[in-house]
Formats: sequence, C-alpha cells, structure tokens
Amino acid sequence: MAISNIWVVVEPGTSGLTTTSLELLTNARTYGATVSAITWENGSSFAAQAGEYGATTLFDVGSLGGALPGAPVASAIAALVASQGAPDAILIPTSYDGRDIAGRLSARLDRPVLTNVTGLSDDGGLVTEHPAFGGTQIVKAKFTGEGPGIIVVRAKSFAAESGGGAAANVVSAPAGDTGATGAAKIVTSHVEERTGPQLEEAAVVVSGGRGLGEAANYVLISDAAKLLNGAAGASRAIVDAGWVPYSAQVGQTGKTVKPTVYIACGISGATQHMVGMKGSKNIVAINKDPEAPIFQMADFGIVGDVLKVLPELITALKARG
Amino acid sequence: MNIVVCVKQIPDPAAPQSLDGSHNLDRSGKLILDEADTYGVEMALQLVDKAGSGEVTVVSMGSAADLAGVRNALAMGAAKAIMVSDDALRGTDALGTAKVLAEAIKRVNPDLVLCATESSDGYTGTTPVQVAELLGLPSITFAKSVTVDGSTVKVDRQTEAGYDEVTSPLPCVLTVTAGVVEPRYASFKGIMAAKSKPVEILSIGDLGLAAVTGPAGARQQITSVVAAESRAAGEKHVDEGNAAQEIITFLESIKVL
Repeated sequence: MAISNIWVVVEPGTSGLTTTSLELLTNARTYGATVSAITWENGSSFAAQAGEYGATTLFDVGSLGGALPGAPVASAIAALVASQGAPDAILIPTSYDGRDIAGRLSARLDRPVLTNVTGLSDDGGLVTEHPAFGGTQIVKAKFTGEGPGIIVVRAKSFAAESGGGAAANVVSAPAGDTGATGAAKIVTSHVEERTGPQLEEAAVVVSGGRGLGEAANYVLISDAAKLLNGAAGASRAIVDAGWVPYSAQVGQTGKTVKPTVYIACGISGATQHMVGMKGSKNIVAINKDPEAPIFQMADFGIVGDVLKVLPELITALKARG
Repeated sequence: MNIVVCVKQIPDPAAPQSLDGSHNLDRSGKLILDEADTYGVEMALQLVDKAGSGEVTVVSMGSAADLAGVRNALAMGAAKAIMVSDDALRGTDALGTAKVLAEAIKRVNPDLVLCATESSDGYTGTTPVQVAELLGLPSITFAKSVTVDGSTVKVDRQTEAGYDEVTSPLPCVLTVTAGVVEPRYASFKGIMAAKSKPVEILSIGDLGLAAVTGPAGARQQITSVVAAESRAAGEKHVDEGNAAQEIITFLESIKVL
C-alpha cells in the first residue's frame, strides 16, 4: 500500500512559515504522495511559500480570534478528514502549539499519536524513528490501525529545501464551533528582547549547567556566546532551578541544536541533554569530573573548573578583538 | 476550589534504563514520583491555600504495588489519591492513558486539572491536552505563572518569542513548566499523615474502559530498536592553566575562529 496523501500542519512564524514547517513539507514530498498543508490566521500570504516547498493545496483555518491554536485547528482538521477522507498521515511540527493540535486531534479522531519523531521512512506506510535513552538507541514504530496516523516531528530532523513548486491552491477550512474547548484566549503577547542569533540557528552554541555553581555565573555563558557570535543554551538542571528561562533549554524536553560547535560548560551530560545536542558537528566540553559522560562524546574535552576556564577564554577572545 | 493533579510514578531517571522483551520500558525496579509532577502538586496546594477552601486530589495510572511516588504527593499536602491500576494497562499509549485519566478525573469533578508538560520517562507530551479534549475542557499548556481570579484562570504561557498572557474560564486543564513554583519538601508530619490518607485503587473495569487499553488499544507498534550512530570520544586534556588557549586553537582548527 503506497503512501498517496500526506497533510502537513504548517505554522505561521515571525516571517513566513516556521523553519520546522518547511522541513516537514520538504520531507513529505519525497514519498510521491499528494501533499496538502494546513495553516491559520493569514493563510493566503503563505500560499507561495507552502507551494514552493511542496504543497499543492493549502487549507486555511483563517483567523482564530485570539484563541490558542490547539482546539480550533484540530477542529478544522477533523472537519477536513470528515469531508475529504483521511490522509495516510498528518505531520505536525514539535512546538508549543503543534503538540496542542496533535493532542486535541488525536482525541477528536480517536487516532493514536507518535511524538518526538526524528526520522521517517516508507515501507508501504510511514515508519517513525524516535531517539531513546539519550539518543543511544533508535526506536522504530508504525501505526497498525486505520489512518490517519498523527506524527509530531522534532525540529531539524530534515533539511528544508525548496522544490520550486507553484503557489498552493488556498482552500478555506473553518474551525466550526469549538465550544468550551476553544475558550482559552490570548490577551497579550510579550516578546522578550533577544540579541544575537537564535539558539536553533546559531553556528556556535555555548551552554551552561550545574557546574556553574550559581545563577549569577550564567553571565559567563552569555558573554562567551556573544564573543563567539553564538547563542547561549542551558541544561535542564539549571532551567528547573530557575536560573535561566525554559526557552534556553537544550535537550529531550527542550530544543534540538546542531551547530558547527557546541561548547558544554559544567554539564555532566545526562542522557536527556545529549538528545538535544548530539547532532552537533563538533562538541567541546569543560567539566571538573574526568568521568563525566559528556566526555564520551566530546571531540575536545577540558578537565577543569568552568569558573576558571571560562573567564580566561572570555579574556582571550576579547584580546583577539 | 478543588484541583486534580495528574502524576506519574516512573523508574528513577538516575538508574540505568532499558526496554523489556515487548519493547515496554522496564518498570520492575523502584518507582518514584516524576520530579516534573512536583511543580503541579505545589502549584495546586498554593492555589487551594489562596482560595481558602477545597482540596487537591492526585490522579495516577500505573502499578499499585509500589505507591511511594503517590504517597510523596500526599506527603506534600494533597488530600487524597486515585490510582488506576490494572495488568491490562501495560502497553497503553498516550491516548489510552488520557482516556483512563479523564474517566478518573470525572469522579472528582474538579475546577482545575494540573499536569506536567510531559513525563520524564515517556515524554509524549500530548496526554494532558488529550485529557482536556476528552473532558470537553479548554487547556493552556506551558504555564510559567498561574493565578485564579473568580471563575477565570490567568496564565503566562511560554512561547518561542517570549510569553503570552492567556485567560480561560474554569474548569480548565493546565500544564505547568518546571520552575513555575519551588516544590516544597514533605515534612516529617506530612510523611506520617500521608500514610493514612485515602488512596482509591480502581481497575479499568471500574471505569468501564476495557477496550481502549493495552497494546491492542494503542494501534501502534514498535517494529525495531537499533543502536544509534555513536560519537567517539576525542581528545581530553586536564587544565594546566592553558585550557582557554587550547580551546581557541581547537576552534581555529574547525574554522569557527
């Protein structure tokens, strides 16, 4: 049974569709299936980009009226399944709203959902790949029941490449009445000031962990990141401790990064962290404990105190101008 | 105000983890309360305190042979617990779990349901929202601040760019991020009191849910488990005062500098 029909949820970003959305469209077009995309708010403005990356049809849920996307977008997709028939698979980006949409849709359609997917292959149906145990093993899975399979894919699982397609045909796909489920409304959005490159896009990522000792020392991480034109990241331990915001977290429960170089400072290398950074081209680790698991995957390791090495590194980088 | 907190007892993440012959996570060892759930328990206790009335009920699914994790939540201050435990639940997926939790939550009829953003062992991250959909309730995920004002909950929700202020009428399902509050440690008095707090143990038959659970209900299967491409360890130097320079030389060699 060949894969003939794939739907991809594509999320509006700050300029165009989000990168993960484009990665999913790029992958979806490799199976020789008809690819349709689903978006919201100002759908027609994304028709050219969705088409360029592989979608022939773009279903537009339209304005959500301030509602969080989970309930209305899932409701619109469920209505599409009823009117158009179920696709073989629905691909959804791993993001705050993507997981909400997937969960709502799964319960609405009574279909299972596979999350944290980092690879897909075709053996008549889609086979999903999931990293397990810190990414040391890959679990492969597939749906056994009736479609559509709902698949939530992590960022950077595929490269985004334009397919040069024509603009997608925009079709209205209203959410309908979501009742109480759609009652959560956004009152105000706050954008936190950020300088330098985004964590997921940066060529250099400097990350800090428990070895920094206290929250005030995280400034060493942000300073080193700035001097290297990079972004600052963090381990789950210091995010949980409240030193830095969740948006800086790298790992299984945080962001996936694949920079040219990842510099882990005072991070022991818990399996949950490794999943988020093991795809880095080069890994540098600084840790006091010579037995820290991070050294097992570091290309260049320094056994030493981050509170001594980082200030010296910052001074040396400043000296270079 | 009555609040349900969904919690999970998981194998200690610090201990070695493995899959059993059926590709299920080996849960035969000691189970602990998922640390990710302690934030929801703490938040619930604070909200009930502030409201001046009501209680916190812990709802969980898993083995009832070892209730240390659930007792831990009771020791923190939750009033009672419902544990759905049944051999037929082994291999149940996220949606099946949500169906079980939703049925158990209906028995409490709470004003608010709190969950972690995801469990630390399975980390599917969809169960809370599936519960919300099954209960016909609104949901706000990734809450980093929660206040209740009458019949409305106000949440600062983490976003890619910063955060959104989001409001929802009660009842509602929330997922809270780690760090939203500082979880209290159970006091000696709390630990002693927890021993006599009610833990209701229900089977799936009690909830009328037999068909949705287990591997057949999951409608998905693991086809194989393979070793991932591994990274080899590279050079490791002990800092002798020249570590900064060595790092710079390495960064130059990979043309980052």
